[in-house]
Amino acid sequence: MSQGVVKKSSPIAGTIAWVVALLMFFPIAWMVLASFKTEVQAVQTPPLIIFHPTLINYRDIFAEANYLQFAWNSIAISVGATVLSLIIGVPAAFSMAFYPTHRTRGLLLWMLSTKMLPAVGVLVPIYLLCRDLGLLDSKTALIVINMLSNLPIAIWMLYTFFRDLPKDIIEASRIDGANLRQVLVHVLLPLVMPGIASTGLLGIILCWNEAFWSLNLTAHSAAPLTAFIASFSAPQGLFWAKLSAASVLAIAPILIFGWISQKQLVSGLTFGAVK
Amino acid sequence: MSATTVSGGGAPAAPGPRQKKKKGPGGGVNTLPLLAPSVILLLIWMIVPLAMTLFFAFRRYNLLNPMIHGWAGINNFKFLFRDPALLHSLVVSVVIVVGVIVITVCLGAILAAVFNQPFRGQGIARVLMISPFFVMPTVSALVWKNLLLDPVNGLFAAMFRMVGLQPIAWFSVFPLGSVMTILCWEWLPYAFLILFTALQSMDEEQLEAARLDGATPFDIFFNIQLPHMARAISVTIMIEMIFLLGVFAEIYVTTGGGPGYATTNLTFLIYQRALLAFNVGGASAAGVIAIILANIVSAFLTRSVAKRLEV
Repeated sequence: MSQGVVKKSSPIAGTIAWVVALLMFFPIAWMVLASFKTEVQAVQTPPLIIFHPTLINYRDIFAEANYLQFAWNSIAISVGATVLSLIIGVPAAFSMAFYPTHRTRGLLLWMLSTKMLPAVGVLVPIYLLCRDLGLLDSKTALIVINMLSNLPIAIWMLYTFFRDLPKDIIEASRIDGANLRQVLVHVLLPLVMPGIASTGLLGIILCWNEAFWSLNLTAHSAAPLTAFIASFSAPQGLFWAKLSAASVLAIAPILIFGWISQKQLVSGLTFGAVK
Repeated sequence: MSATTVSGGGAPAAPGPRQKKKKGPGGGVNTLPLLAPSVILLLIWMIVPLAMTLFFAFRRYNLLNPMIHGWAGINNFKFLFRDPALLHSLVVSVVIVVGVIVITVCLGAILAAVFNQPFRGQGIARVLMISPFFVMPTVSALVWKNLLLDPVNGLFAAMFRMVGLQPIAWFSVFPLGSVMTILCWEWLPYAFLILFTALQSMDEEQLEAARLDGATPFDIFFNIQLPHMARAISVTIMIEMIFLLGVFAEIYVTTGGGPGYATTNLTFLIYQRALLAFNVGGASAAGVIAIILANIVSAFLTRSVAKRLEV
């Protein structure tokens, strides 16, 4: 319509885009809606669109002491695994980005290839190891496993961030007499903080949503929210409104994280192949 | 810009030496202490479980019956290959991986081109569009299974009844299709986001020039935008493949692998053998098969896709 200098709005593309976007978001919106219904309203046909919202489901979930424990497990596992993978991954990514050798490329590809090892191929040994070490149903086991399985992704993402930083700054600092540790802490860290932050964010998202190990290695005490939600799949448990409320609480923090940080996440998700 | 663009002038004789190499190996800095923790941990993470899986695959070992022990030779593999469920689960795995990748990449590319047009509220529409990617798999699976696809109280059933049709029990009639629908819903946002980002980096003037020359939107999409997205498409395929080979939660929550073996992929088959039947030997043998397959796929990927990564 308005013949803008740079771009003019395209109504056909806009309509298609909005229809698709709303369709994609619909299941989430429908779930949020259901979480404010009573159990009877939630299964009513034809489905209710206009109703008196109730907070009873949320109250019920918070009243169950269990829920907070699941949530705490999710937080502890995601944050623990992510912080550990950053502590281990940052030096490696730094070294490969700033001091590449002829082995760097191979090393990076090898790290990525460990990610291609199917989790299920090693399910049995990991299960038995955890059993023998007394780590079944423990947060420690999930933190270690999540850390290891996200480490390659973290290193890649950090590497793509570090690679784009000005390299001369290190040499300049070195000439000024700073040692490697001083360079790392005082010169580089402030520069790389955004990259580390987005890597951490992606790590938390991946851990938070991780289901395979959570479902197979936990029972009660260490189960995160993914496992808690899965317990609603039992056929007799037709508590849709409550399930919806629990789901909303389980995904809301990560969804908001994702919305805020989508721009930073992209560069990591593409493994540096798209600028 | 990328490795494929050869700058004019004297072509270097050496095959593609990277610029960074000029610093020399390590630039005189001892990088071993920085690299060692990651490398050692990943080596352990890779080798120990792998060796154990291989070992157990040749053992007679059932968690419920300690009387069964000793070497099994290749019996675990014999049983496995005689089991029709194995071949079937391989087919299911391939159908899931290929089907979801084809659908999400095709739709993702088209949607990326659509969203690349300027329109009102583009930022919000994009945020809505990518939201499913952040939803945990157990939640997506349950929302689809109950709120949407349930044959009695689900929304689809209600809509079918409204227009006078018989509601369909989606997970019984189209079990694999239903599971794949959920997976596509989860992964389309990822494909879209990556491909959209790739398109955004494109030179706007090039598109304008093409339009002035009378190119239709189809010409532009197939001849300009699609080639530009090639690298992003490779990455999308690689990442989706890594995650889709291990699909578990969506099946666990919705169909439990059934009806029959209709939605049992290799991951779920091993889970059933290992943790439900407590057959460590058999599950490990299947695990070995899974690892070999993944290695074939990853070797192929590393050759074709990883080359495009800018390392």
